Amino acid sequence: MQRTPLYQAHEALGARIVDFAGWAMPIQYPSGINHEHLAVRQDVGVFDVSHMGELRVRGADATAFLRWSTLNDAGKLRVGRGQYSMLPNDQGGLVDDLYLYRDADDDFLVVANAGNVDVVDGHLRRLSEGFDVVIEDESERWALIAIQGPGAALLLERLSSSDLAAVRKNQTVDVHIGGCPVRLARTGYTGEDGFEAFIAPADAVAVWDLVVEAGAAPCGLGARDTLRLEAGFPLYGHELGPDTNPLATPFAWVVKDKPFFGREAMWGVEPDKRLVGLRLDGRGIARQGYEVIDERGTPLGEVTSGTLSPLTREAIAMAWVRSNHAEPGSVLQVLIRGQAVRSTVVVPPFYGR
Amino acid sequence: MHTPDSLRFVRSHEWASAPDDGVVTVGISDFAQDQLGDVVFVELPDVGRQVAAGEAIAVVESVKTASDIYAPLAGEVVAVNEALEDAPETINTEPYEGGWLFKLRVEDPAAWDGLLDAAGYEAVAEAD
Repeated sequence: MQRTPLYQAHEALGARIVDFAGWAMPIQYPSGINHEHLAVRQDVGVFDVSHMGELRVRGADATAFLRWSTLNDAGKLRVGRGQYSMLPNDQGGLVDDLYLYRDADDDFLVVANAGNVDVVDGHLRRLSEGFDVVIEDESERWALIAIQGPGAALLLERLSSSDLAAVRKNQTVDVHIGGCPVRLARTGYTGEDGFEAFIAPADAVAVWDLVVEAGAAPCGLGARDTLRLEAGFPLYGHELGPDTNPLATPFAWVVKDKPFFGREAMWGVEPDKRLVGLRLDGRGIARQGYEVIDERGTPLGEVTSGTLSPLTREAIAMAWVRSNHAEPGSVLQVLIRGQAVRSTVVVPPFYGR
Repeated sequence: MHTPDSLRFVRSHEWASAPDDGVVTVGISDFAQDQLGDVVFVELPDVGRQVAAGEAIAVVESVKTASDIYAPLAGEVVAVNEALEDAPETINTEPYEGGWLFKLRVEDPAAWDGLLDAAGYEAVAEAD
C-alpha cells in the first residue's frame, strides 16, 4: 500500500488504518466517526486527502482542451479559482469527477480521485491528440489536507496571520503556515465552510501538527464519507460511474451546453433512472447494494450509499431509482435483510442549513 | 483488549456467560466493538426463536457497516436487551455488561466449556 507523508502522524494519533484505493489511510481516530463528524459540523476538523491525484494540464490549448474533455466550462474559470467538474466517457457516463484549478491562463491543476489518477491521466492523454497541451502527473509533488467546519477560517487566519474573510468560495490564496508555503482553496467535501490546503510533501507533517495543535479534530475517511453523504455530495464508484448519466442526478448543473467529448451519448437522452436522496421512515439502515422496490415488490433501483446521519440520527441514503418514482415525496421501500422498509424521496442535503 | 476470564468466546467474536440454570447471556467482545466503531443500530431476534450454534440471529450496525451476530450455542432465545434499541452505543461503552444482546436457554450447558476461554480468544482475535 502507498503511504501519504502523514502516515506516521496518523499512527501516532492512534488511527485505524485501512486500504483505500491502494493507499494506507486513516478510517477513524480513537474518538470515533460520530465525534469526528460532529466536530466538523460544529467546530473544525482536519482530513488527510493526500491520496487524491493531481494532474497538471498546460499549454496554449489548455482551456480549449479542458472545455472539450470536461463537462463544466473551464473557459469560465478565472485564474485563482477552482471548479467542480466531471470527465465524460463516450457512453453517456463518467470516467471520474474532478476539481479544476486555474493557476494561469494556460495552466490548470486537475484533482482526481485516488483510485482513478492513472485512468484519468490516460484518458486525457488520448483525448489531447491535436491539442497543444502538456499533461504531467504531479501527485507526488502535493500533500493535500482539508480543514473543514465553521471554525476553519478563524483557525487558519490565526496560523497564517492572514485575513481570509475576502477569500470567496472556490478561490485560492497563497499563505505561510509555520514558515511553510501553503496554497489554500476555499472548498471541501463536507457541506461546511472550509479549505483544502496544497502543501509540499516535506512540509505536510509540520502544517498538519500545527492545525491539530490549534484545535482541529483529526478526521478519517469514515467521517469524510458520512459528511459528504449528509451534504448530498456524490462519490465516484457509488453514485457516479461509467454508466451513470450526470444529467439524471442532482449534479446536472455541472454539465454545460457546449460541445464536449461524448455529448451525443449523454445530451438529450431521456434517462430511465434518476439519482435521488432517501430518508428511511421505518427502522433500519440502507447500505450500498440494497434493492429499492415498490409496495408490490417491483424492482425500482438500488442504494448507492447509506448510513445513519450522525447529526439528525435518521437513516439516509442515495439511490438510483426508476424515473417515474424519483419525485420528491415519492414513497418507496428499501429491502433490508428481506424486510421492506418504507422510505421517502427527499432532496439533499439531509440536514437543515 | 479487555477479555474477562469468567466468559467463553467464539471465533466470530461473541461471548457467552456461564450457564445459570441453563441460560447464558450473549454479547460481542470488547475487541469486536472496537473494530466496529460507533454502534448505531441493533436488530435483535424474537423471543422464543430456536437457534442452532453458529446461526446468524442478530445484526449490529456501526456507522460504516452491518455485522451479523451468531449464536455461540444452540438453544432458545428467552430474552433480548431492548434497551439497546434506544441506546445501541452501550455496546461500545459496556460490551460485557449493559451491552449484552440476548439470553439463550441452551440445549447442552456442558457445550459452554468447549468454547474458547479468554486466553484462547485473545490469541484468535490478535491473529485477525
